[in-house]
Amino acid sequence: MKIIVINNEVEAKEGEFLLAALRRQGIKIPTLCNIDGLDPSGSCRMCVVEMEGRPDLVPSCAFPVYEGLKILTHSERVVTARKAIVELLLSNHPDDCLYCVRNGNCELQGLAQEHCVSERIFSGSKNSYKLDYSSPAIVRDPAKCVLCGKCVRVCEEIQNVACIDFAGRGSKAYIGTAFDEGLNVSSCVKCGQCILVCPTGALTERSHIDEVMAVLHEKKKHIVVQHAPSVSVTVGEEFGLKAGKDVNGIMTAALRKMGFDRVFETSFSADLTIMEEASELADRIQNGGKLPMFTSCSPGWVKYLEEFYPEMIDNLSSCKSPQQMLGAVIKSYYAEREDIDPKDIYSVSVMPCTAKKFEIDRDGMGRGDTSDVDAVLTTREFAKMIRMMGIDFNSLEPDGADTPFGIRSTAGKLFGASGGVMEAALRTAHYFLTGKELEIFEIKEIRGMKGIKEAKVMIGELEVGVAVVNGVGNAQKLLDEIQAGRDDIHFVEIMTCPGGCVAGGGQPIGADPEKIKARMRAIYKIDKEETLRTSHNNPDIKRLYDDYLGKPLGHKSHELLHTHYVERKDIMK
Amino acid sequence: MNNNAINEVIEKYPSAKREYLIPMLQDVQEIQGFVSKDSVVMIGDHLKLPGAKIYGVATFYNQFRFNKPGQFHIQICRGTACHVKGSVNVLESIERALNIKVGQTSRDGLFSLEVVACLGACGLAPVISVNGEFYANVDNKKLFKILKNLRKEGGTK
Repeated sequence: MKIIVINNEVEAKEGEFLLAALRRQGIKIPTLCNIDGLDPSGSCRMCVVEMEGRPDLVPSCAFPVYEGLKILTHSERVVTARKAIVELLLSNHPDDCLYCVRNGNCELQGLAQEHCVSERIFSGSKNSYKLDYSSPAIVRDPAKCVLCGKCVRVCEEIQNVACIDFAGRGSKAYIGTAFDEGLNVSSCVKCGQCILVCPTGALTERSHIDEVMAVLHEKKKHIVVQHAPSVSVTVGEEFGLKAGKDVNGIMTAALRKMGFDRVFETSFSADLTIMEEASELADRIQNGGKLPMFTSCSPGWVKYLEEFYPEMIDNLSSCKSPQQMLGAVIKSYYAEREDIDPKDIYSVSVMPCTAKKFEIDRDGMGRGDTSDVDAVLTTREFAKMIRMMGIDFNSLEPDGADTPFGIRSTAGKLFGASGGVMEAALRTAHYFLTGKELEIFEIKEIRGMKGIKEAKVMIGELEVGVAVVNGVGNAQKLLDEIQAGRDDIHFVEIMTCPGGCVAGGGQPIGADPEKIKARMRAIYKIDKEETLRTSHNNPDIKRLYDDYLGKPLGHKSHELLHTHYVERKDIMK
Repeated sequence: MNNNAINEVIEKYPSAKREYLIPMLQDVQEIQGFVSKDSVVMIGDHLKLPGAKIYGVATFYNQFRFNKPGQFHIQICRGTACHVKGSVNVLESIERALNIKVGQTSRDGLFSLEVVACLGACGLAPVISVNGEFYANVDNKKLFKILKNLRKEGGTK
């Protein structure tokens, strides 16, 4: 079908919205409220265009195309209207860009610049709001909110959590939790997907930069850092590199320059997680334990289950997440080996995740008053610190991780993508149950961006049913089926964020689906190209068990690597 | 909190359609005098609606309150006639005297405050109503006297 855009004939597809057709032509139409893949809400009006035969301006995001449609996308009237919208939004916005975490990366700021907003047109009293600093992971500043509603929609329609919504009315409207309680007592799972879609600085992570900086400058403690499998394929974007460029060695070098005494990879402890989790799965299968078993490495998902399906807590693997496992062995095995008092170790992690900030303070994540991990930096915070410390990221020489956790398998690296934990676990579970390696490592059915991915895998004589839930919003369907009696599934991987950690709430802002796929491909490329592809063959893992832990699920493992969960029935859902 | 009463409201709406949300909230407020957290949780379970959404709907409308009303529920008229006669000053005075804002209940549980659009007594402007009893031509002096008497009355109970 043909439509006419500024006197040019342009191809459009039947049934699509005008905005999609225009974007395909490379015409830049500003939006604040549009989310790819969800129905348009048409609320911000930034995408309005002028249409022949209609007196009003129409929002292109919500207008279905038809043959012969004639529009103007940047006429004087359109541009004036858009500018007015920005000016009106700014009328209730604190002018504190210089102090804002999103300075230079803010959609509202960008639109003000694009529309040449050069003075405050509307002045007058502004609404006053309460900053919500209650959550260990996410900070909400309604003063910077432009009410685009994207966080509300992501939380409800994508993540199926719905802990925030519009409240109030008219000029007094705001986005808040039920009864305006703190986010910490809401049903928020800390996934941070709201941060990724927020056009302004209204939603940000709870920063640990100051704490970590202070410790780095004091140099009084032995400072160790771990970085998660997915961060190496995303942090490059913060420094102008293409999505999916693996900068693992450069990252390690950067962390050393920042002053960390030891740099470890969480992929190593992902291998450790696999050892424990695969053993647990084998144990449950052989000894009639609770099945299906659910993975427990994604803290958002863990909280989701505790809130919405507390009756299924026994299905959750008792394994800590890789972050917590490495934190635990750093402050036990490593501390003993290096002869350092665990209290003198400051343990930092670089994570793609905001929920990890919540996880470190969970009950059972440490021994006595020593916590497994002391501070969590998101990928974004990590990039910020690199800039703060004047490190020229792109000119660094790659470096390797430190002993005794210096080697990782690609199975551990796979944790970064949805389906990766499952693939990694099956490689090792197969070995544990049959004594033989899997013939084909790749399980194509559980890769990619589908919401629920299922496969059947033969382990010896046993057909094991596995499912991968990609994004916690897709969990409900499968959990309800299981509760209704579905019993052909033994093992379920659930990642809170759609795409897995590569699209986590702590990752660089502004990733589109294509970028997320590129990040995923990078993870699978690493797995394809390297030779050590199974956790149980990782020599450093073997040494850790030989020297210290004994055997998976053994006494030491239980003390250090396993945890418990709580029912969160009292939370307002 | 009286959860039996909420259950009775829920039983009135067995088909659990989301369009029953507002009538249910109204029923709850009718019984309890306000919309409690418990009621939001229970209605949410019944209608499969998240608490944040219910709160969002309820705060959209002026009619819903979220605090237990005080022993004396004060309604202040902010209609046109009362406005012209200075009801904004009366409102400010009440807020200051009771140290509460509109929609809140004083800590001792004696007073709660609500703004209404018009009480239909424009001839008496500015007018306030306490538990349905009207006080006409309210100024600061009168107001303080009213509050003083109410405090005395409340204290004796």
